[in-house]
Amino acid sequence: MSDSSRGKAPSRRQFLSGAAAVGVGAVGAGAARAASPDPLITQEQEWAQTTGEGVDATPYGLPIEFEKDVVRRNVEWLTADTISSINFTPIHALDGTITPQGCAFERHHSGAIELSKADYRLMINGLVDTPLVFTYEDLERFPRENRVYFCECAANTGMEWAGSQLNGAQFTHGMIHNMEYSGVPLRTLLEEAGLKPEGKWVYVEGADASSNGRSIPMEKALDDVLVAFKANGEALRKEHGYPVRLVVPGWEGNMWIKWLRRVEVTDMAIESREETSKYTDTLEDGTSRKWTWVMDAKSVVTSPSPQSPITHGPGPLVITGLAWSGRGAITGVDVSVDGGKNWMPARLAAPGTDKALTRFYLDHNWDGSEMLLQARAKDSTGYVQPSKDQLRDVRGENSIYHNNCIQTWWVKESGEAENVEVS
Amino acid sequence: AYAGTFGLGRPALPEEIAAWDVDVAPDGTGLPEGSGDVFTGEEVFAEYCAICHGDFAEGVDNWPKLAGGDGTLADKDPLKTVGSYWPYLSTVWDYVNRSMPFGNAQSLEPDDVYAIVAYILYSNDIVDDEFTLSHENFLDVDMPNAEGFIVDDRETAEAHFWTDEPCMSDCKETVEITMRAAVLDVTPEETGTDAE
Repeated sequence: MSDSSRGKAPSRRQFLSGAAAVGVGAVGAGAARAASPDPLITQEQEWAQTTGEGVDATPYGLPIEFEKDVVRRNVEWLTADTISSINFTPIHALDGTITPQGCAFERHHSGAIELSKADYRLMINGLVDTPLVFTYEDLERFPRENRVYFCECAANTGMEWAGSQLNGAQFTHGMIHNMEYSGVPLRTLLEEAGLKPEGKWVYVEGADASSNGRSIPMEKALDDVLVAFKANGEALRKEHGYPVRLVVPGWEGNMWIKWLRRVEVTDMAIESREETSKYTDTLEDGTSRKWTWVMDAKSVVTSPSPQSPITHGPGPLVITGLAWSGRGAITGVDVSVDGGKNWMPARLAAPGTDKALTRFYLDHNWDGSEMLLQARAKDSTGYVQPSKDQLRDVRGENSIYHNNCIQTWWVKESGEAENVEVS
Repeated sequence: AYAGTFGLGRPALPEEIAAWDVDVAPDGTGLPEGSGDVFTGEEVFAEYCAICHGDFAEGVDNWPKLAGGDGTLADKDPLKTVGSYWPYLSTVWDYVNRSMPFGNAQSLEPDDVYAIVAYILYSNDIVDDEFTLSHENFLDVDMPNAEGFIVDDRETAEAHFWTDEPCMSDCKETVEITMRAAVLDVTPEETGTDAE
């Protein structure tokens, strides 16, 4: 089993630079004795003698230059242009559960617009007692909640339906971010306008040219939907809907309307473009599911993975990844190193919480032989993440959206990893 | 009087609601008065739409195809267009009116939108070239895939994902690699990762 020898593949390049940095002597679990003293210890280093930057150098900081590969990436051939398009969170390089906003994925249909708080207006109209207009300042005066939720694009992993395509967890699973939101329950705003009993749905739309209008049943609107203006402690980023977006816990990312400008109470679904032409899931017989709102339980090993190869040789290895479910909390994750023949329960870094990312670890002693790495999530409803074949048995290969299958990474003896499908 | 208890916000004026609430429901609610015929639509389409969507709504390069694909939904590579896939004509009117042309949205008059929609219907062989679409005959148009959608049925069709006990050991005899992403080789090169 030699490696693919594809010199221009990202995994290969990163593997080589990583291996060079580690150098020889990486064999064995830290037991190897140094042949000569380490000059990084025996010679005084510049940073231990001179001074670093002052506190006035960086009013708002970016990551250190050594981390410049931890960035959003796009895939040019996926869409006709970059305005109505997608990019990907570098989940292969992150840990914990909170996604840094600056590298959290973007999905726009007519670009990331610039909308100031002063220009911002939110309208509530339709089947209400009093249609209302709110300014941004008004919204900040309503009682507020803080909640952590994942936002996963319905199309995450969608390119993988017919087989292994993209080589890296960032590309196969990176249409996701997980933030702590501060905002006002949509319920509060609807009650302020006064709901009429005929109101069964809300139609929500953004201020951008695409509008991204979607219909949400009233039960969900009155449950846990948030009108959010802060994420991870600060204002939303422009590309994530500044100054106000909708947070729709557990439901497909398309419904998380950015630059939210209007909530209309209606007696029926509008059946907009984004819930007919798009975000409908075609089955094998040619019929299509609509209103597939919930994102099912899913997981992925983020390291090792094609962009995060093993560079340290055999011995202790941290296998880690993310699990999440739109139906509730993650209750467990199993990991397999042999392609699903045998499974071991992973350790959750913290108990799973409702509709949010959960970090898992498997502290593994790698013997240096090849592995077929998989993770399988289970949620609080008892749902167990299916294999891709199990999904295809029900849906065929043309659903585009909602691919929550078990992912396999082939980790080779060299430590490189590749996106594969297994029998 | 407000129904709520906070007294925040102010009543929306009719002009404000009219400006922003332009959505059209499947039963035609929200359609403004107006009409447009196929011939007019062909001209308007040629001026505003054809550069991306093609003279016959067949699509240019990677831009969306609006016509064709009839009967392909169960194929290996279905072609989903207004004619082959979209269930409601209201969605076509609503989306074109609100979000097209791409880069210059909300620039079309209602009669232009009626004409464009009539032309898209003609391009999909749903109406003949004499057809005029108006707010009055809007619901008479039969969309071929109107019955092609079911409401999310995962909790029944995929009930076994909840009920099957997951296997933990000796789950299968053999495991073979059946597909490899590196063979396809369509992943973008990493840039900016060089440490030097």
